[in-house]
Amino acid sequence: MSDKIQIQANGNGPGRKLKFNILRYNPQLAGDKPRMVTYEVEEAAGMTIFIALNEIREKQEPSLQFDFVCRAGICGSCGMVINGRPDLACRTLTAKFPSGEITLLPLPAFELIGDLSVNTGKFMRAMSERIGSWIHSSDADNRDLTILEERMDPDLADEIYELDRCVECGCCISACGTKRMRDEFLGAVGFMHVARFHMDSRDHRSDDDWYEVIGDDDGVFGCMTLLGCEDNCPKDLPHQTQIAFLRRSMVKVA
Amino acid sequence: MKSLLEERVRKSRIPARLDLIQSLSGLALGLFMWVHLILVSSILLGKDTMLAVTRLLEASFLRPDVPGGYPALVAGAALTIFVIFIVHAGLAMRKFPSNWKQFREMRSHIKMMHHTDTTQWWTQAVTGFVMFFLGSAHLIIIASNPDKIGPYLSADRFVTWGLWPMYLILLFAVEFHGAIGMYRLAVKWGVFDGKNPQQTRKRLKLAKKCITVFFISLGLASFVAYVKIGIEHRDHAGERYVPTAELHLENPSH
Repeated sequence: MSDKIQIQANGNGPGRKLKFNILRYNPQLAGDKPRMVTYEVEEAAGMTIFIALNEIREKQEPSLQFDFVCRAGICGSCGMVINGRPDLACRTLTAKFPSGEITLLPLPAFELIGDLSVNTGKFMRAMSERIGSWIHSSDADNRDLTILEERMDPDLADEIYELDRCVECGCCISACGTKRMRDEFLGAVGFMHVARFHMDSRDHRSDDDWYEVIGDDDGVFGCMTLLGCEDNCPKDLPHQTQIAFLRRSMVKVA
Repeated sequence: MKSLLEERVRKSRIPARLDLIQSLSGLALGLFMWVHLILVSSILLGKDTMLAVTRLLEASFLRPDVPGGYPALVAGAALTIFVIFIVHAGLAMRKFPSNWKQFREMRSHIKMMHHTDTTQWWTQAVTGFVMFFLGSAHLIIIASNPDKIGPYLSADRFVTWGLWPMYLILLFAVEFHGAIGMYRLAVKWGVFDGKNPQQTRKRLKLAKKCITVFFISLGLASFVAYVKIGIEHRDHAGERYVPTAELHLENPSH
């Protein structure tokens, strides 16, 4: 019953044939070459790209590689290029594409594991180490664990939480022209983490310290403000304002 | 005393300054070009108006005895703009793709994304490259012929000197590059962000579109006016325009 209502609501009747053009390539297989393969799937009510991919893997192509964990836009595993734009497969409804033709590519700028699966984990770990993505406190070494942590202003906690919603899916990196051209560029996910720790009252790093992290052309001054990050972040994080803020802060200490 | 190895090596502050100078020089050039086109378009109000504007800029009011004032002021202004132009070009050049791989990555990224802000970056790079040559040529012509500006002399440059294609290309290059650049400056530094940066960005985009249409229309109308005068004046190329008010003094028979 509820299915019927949903079908009418999204305007696409059941049984629409969806055409998935998927990049297939397994770098582990000797002699394998990248190629586009088309799969047909019957659309179901409320179908997401993630559901369709599972159906393809179950019924048509067991070797198809793609990543997912939570299927709810929280784990950030299923990022891929969907009809030209990086997005999460689990949060993209097939109904969004009236033509019924959907092209899927692995996220560029990451190491390819195979087909649609890329190694964002390796990248994110390197990024976290590069910017020191944890609280840097001057009294961290001799903290008395029997004393309660200092209270944080709830408004500040909310502001930090807003930036902390990042799921490290990698869409901002693949949507960034600067990153595509220049491998060493930090990218929006890195700036978002910097902005988050910059805001945190428990982190004692000064702007001069932050300058050491992002004060060059691989950092905030390399950003060309193409805003692919801002326009393609599945979590709608405020990349534009945070990068602008970091840029202003870094120029002030220069 | 600390040894050199122990002493903390600070990151250079130069990249911050270069980033700021690139933006400020762009801002100066952008504002100048808008004013410049408005002054040039005075031809639409008639030859006398254009001549009055020219004489005003030559500070002829300080020298009422001779028509023409101080053309050296024009040469000085052209050279000043040339210096800012070279600085801006030198800094902006750093962002260009510097090899085939970067070029290919950026092209394929633009093709994949269909994302306005990314595509318009390419427009800026191409128009910027065009201006390296045509902008320099125009500035050198003006700086070395500062006394040859006027309704007839300028129109002769379009037709008799045959430079109309250069001016037409420059018009489009300048107006696209400038309007996109001004928009990007605003979002890059977050100057007008306010409480709702996304709304602001939409408004800035709309403003950019209107400004582009306005200045290209104004520029094309002025272009047509100069070409028309140039064709009519072809047989007397090189002669100066005599303002209507001074006609009876020059030639009483008129």
